[in-house]
Amino acid sequence: MDAIFLQILNGLDKGGAYALIALGLTLAFGTLGVVNFAHGALFMLGAFCAVAFNKLVSLQQIVLDPTKTTAWGTPLEIKTPYVEAWFGDFGTFLINYSVPFSILVTIPIMLIIGIVMERGLIRHFYNRPHADQILVTFGLAIVLEEIIKHFFGANPIPQSAPDIVSGSANIGLWLGMGEAIVYPWWRLVYFAFSAVVIFAVFAFLQFTTYGMVVRAGMFDRHTVGLLGINIQKRFTVIFGLAAVVAGMAGAMYTPIYPPDYAIGMQFLVLSFVVVVVGGMGSLGGAVTAGFLLGILQSFASMNEIKSIFPGIDQIIIYLVAVIILLTLPRGLLGRKGVMED
Amino acid sequence: MLGKSARSDWLLLIIFSIVVLTAPITLAPIGAGYPDLLQKFAIFGIFAIGFNILFGLTGYLSFGHAAFLGVGSYASVWVFKLFTMNVIPAVLFSLIVAGVFALVIGYVSLRRSGIYFSIITLAFAQMSYNLAYSVLTPLTNGETGLQVRHLAPVDRGPDYVLKLVNEDLRWVDQALGIVEDGIPITNLFGMKMSGYPGFYFSAVLLIIAFFIALRISRSNFGMMLRAIKSNQNRLNYTGINTRPYLLAAFVISGMYAGLAGSLMAVTDPLAGAERMQWTASGEIVLMTILGGAGTMLGPFLGAALIKYFENIFSSINENILQTTFSFLPEPLQELFVTVTSLFVGPGWPLTMGLLFMLIVIFLPGGLMQGFSKIGGLFRREKKPQSQSEKPQAQDGGP
Repeated sequence: MDAIFLQILNGLDKGGAYALIALGLTLAFGTLGVVNFAHGALFMLGAFCAVAFNKLVSLQQIVLDPTKTTAWGTPLEIKTPYVEAWFGDFGTFLINYSVPFSILVTIPIMLIIGIVMERGLIRHFYNRPHADQILVTFGLAIVLEEIIKHFFGANPIPQSAPDIVSGSANIGLWLGMGEAIVYPWWRLVYFAFSAVVIFAVFAFLQFTTYGMVVRAGMFDRHTVGLLGINIQKRFTVIFGLAAVVAGMAGAMYTPIYPPDYAIGMQFLVLSFVVVVVGGMGSLGGAVTAGFLLGILQSFASMNEIKSIFPGIDQIIIYLVAVIILLTLPRGLLGRKGVMED
Repeated sequence: MLGKSARSDWLLLIIFSIVVLTAPITLAPIGAGYPDLLQKFAIFGIFAIGFNILFGLTGYLSFGHAAFLGVGSYASVWVFKLFTMNVIPAVLFSLIVAGVFALVIGYVSLRRSGIYFSIITLAFAQMSYNLAYSVLTPLTNGETGLQVRHLAPVDRGPDYVLKLVNEDLRWVDQALGIVEDGIPITNLFGMKMSGYPGFYFSAVLLIIAFFIALRISRSNFGMMLRAIKSNQNRLNYTGINTRPYLLAAFVISGMYAGLAGSLMAVTDPLAGAERMQWTASGEIVLMTILGGAGTMLGPFLGAALIKYFENIFSSINENILQTTFSFLPEPLQELFVTVTSLFVGPGWPLTMGLLFMLIVIFLPGGLMQGFSKIGGLFRREKKPQSQSEKPQAQDGGP
C-alpha cells in the first residue's frame, strides 16, 4: 500500500510536466489547428530562461583585498555576486529563490516568443497540410535547440531549488501511513504549481469573456468572425499563452531534472503521446492523460514490475499510446469531429 | 512524370547508372571523390528512395523510419559475428529482418492515418531506441554499440551465449578454414569491402534499388499508391481495401531502410542505437522533401546534397573562417567569423534546421519542383500563347 502511494506521488511531478506541455499543445491545436512540433523547444526555452536568470543574478564582482594574501602570495580575491553587493540580504534571497523568481522573467519572454512565432511562421501554415506543419515546426525546433546549444553548451546545467524546499517532506507521517513515505519538497511544489497553472488556464477559458469568445472561436471560428470579433488576434494570444505555459513548466522543472538543449524533444515526443491518448483537441483529456501516464510510468519503474517485464518502464507510455489509439481512436476524452482524418 | 514511355525510363536508368558509377571521377573536382563520402551518398540514397515509396507516393509521413535502419544494421552485424564476414548473407538477412519488423509495425500503425500515423511510428521508433539501450543490451550491446570482435576461445564457458556481444563465433568462416588476424574486415568472396569496392557494392545495390523503385512507381501498384495519396476516401467508397497496398508500401520502404542499415554495417561493421533516434528519422524526411517527395530522382538528390553539405560544413572551423574573411577590416572580420561560426562545424544541425524550414516554407515540392519551375519559365518564354491558355497545372504546389 505504501509503495503504491509512493509511486502515485512519484508520478505526479512528471505527470504535471506532461500535462502542462500537452495542455499547451492542445490549446494551439484547438485554436489554430496547427500541429506544433516546436512546443517541446518552448519548454526547453523556458528551462533556459531559468538557467540564464540564475547566471545573471549570480554574476560575481571580484574585489582584491590587499591586506590578506592567499597561499600563493597573491592578494585574496573576494567574490560577491553583484546583487548581494547592491541589495544586501535581498540579493542573497534573490539568488536562493532564483528558480521561482525566474518565472517573472519567463512569462514575458515566452509570451513574446510565442506571439512572434505565431505571427512570423505558424500563420502561413494554417491552410497547408498537417505534414507541412509538422515539418516546419520540426525544423524550427532543431534551430532553437542548436541556438541554445551554441550558447549554453551541450551539458546539462543543474539548478538548485530554494533552500527551504530542498529537503524532503514527510508525507507518510502527515497521512499516518508510516515514515517510509518521504517526498522531495520541490516535487510537491511542482505538482502544486502545475495544478494552479492548469486551473488558471481553465478558469481563464471558462469564466472570462475573453475565454468564452476563444471557446466560441474554437467551436466555430467563422461565425465568431462574422459577429465582428477579431478571433485571429485572440488565437494568437492563446498561442502566446500556450508558449507561456510550456515555458513556465520548463523553468520550474529545472531543479528536478537538469536541463540540456535536448530536453524539449524528450518531453515533446511523450507529450504528443499524451495528447493523442487524451484525445486530440480535448483540454481535459490532455491534463488527465498527462497525470495518468506520469503515474503509470512511475509504476512501471518499480522493481517488482520491472522484474516481471524487464524494460517496461522505458516503453510503457508508447505501448499504452499504441493500445489506446487502436482501441479508442479518439483517445480517452476526444471530441467527435476533431482530427478524424 | 506519369505519361512517359518505358523507353525513357530505361534511358533514365542508364543515365542514373552512369552518373552513379562514374561518381568517383566526376565528383572529384568538388571534393567528394573519396569512398567514405560516396558510400554515404549511396546508402542514404537507398534510404531516401525507399522512404519516398511510402511518403512520396502514399503521403503517409512516417517519423520512425530510422528504426528499420537500426534493425538492419544490428541484423547485419550479428550475421558477421555468428556466421561469416561475407556480406551477401548479411544483406539478405537484414532485408528479411527489416521486412518482418516493418510488417509488424506497419500492421499496427497503418490502422490510423494523418498525424496519428506519424505519432505512432514515432512512438514505435522511440520504443525501439529505448529498448536497444536498456533491456536488449545482450543483443545490442547498449551504448557501446555492437561491433565485430575477435573469435571466442575454443573451450567456451557455460554462459558463452551472453558473451557473444564481445566474442564472435563465425561458424561458416571457421568451417571453411578462413584464417583471421586481428579484427576481420567484411568481404565479398574475398574482396575487401572497404574503400572503393565498398562504394561499388553499395552503388550497384543503389542502382538496383532505384530500378525497383522506378518499376514500382510505374506499375499499377504505384498508381494505386498515388490514388491513396490523392483521395483515399473515394477509393474506399469504390470498394477497394487500401490497407494491403499501404502495408506493402510500408514493408517495401522498411526493407529499403534495412538495406541501407545493412550497407552501413558492411562499410563499417558497427551498429549503435543512436541510428534509431528520431533525429535520424527527421533527417531522412528532410532529404526526401529537399529533393522533392514523390519524384524519382529527388530523394536521391536530396540525400546526396545533405550528406555533401554536412561533410563540408562540419569540416569548416574557426581558422578557415578567419582566413576567408581576412580581407575585411578587423571588427567586421570578427563579426562575420562569429556569425558564420554558428552555422559551421558543430553548428551544422542549425544549418540543417534552417534549410529544413526554408524548403518547407518556400519550396514544398523540393528541388525537383524548383527545377521544373525554372524549366517552365523558359518554356513560357518560347511559346507564351499556348501556355497561357492552359491552367498552370504542372507545378502542383499549394
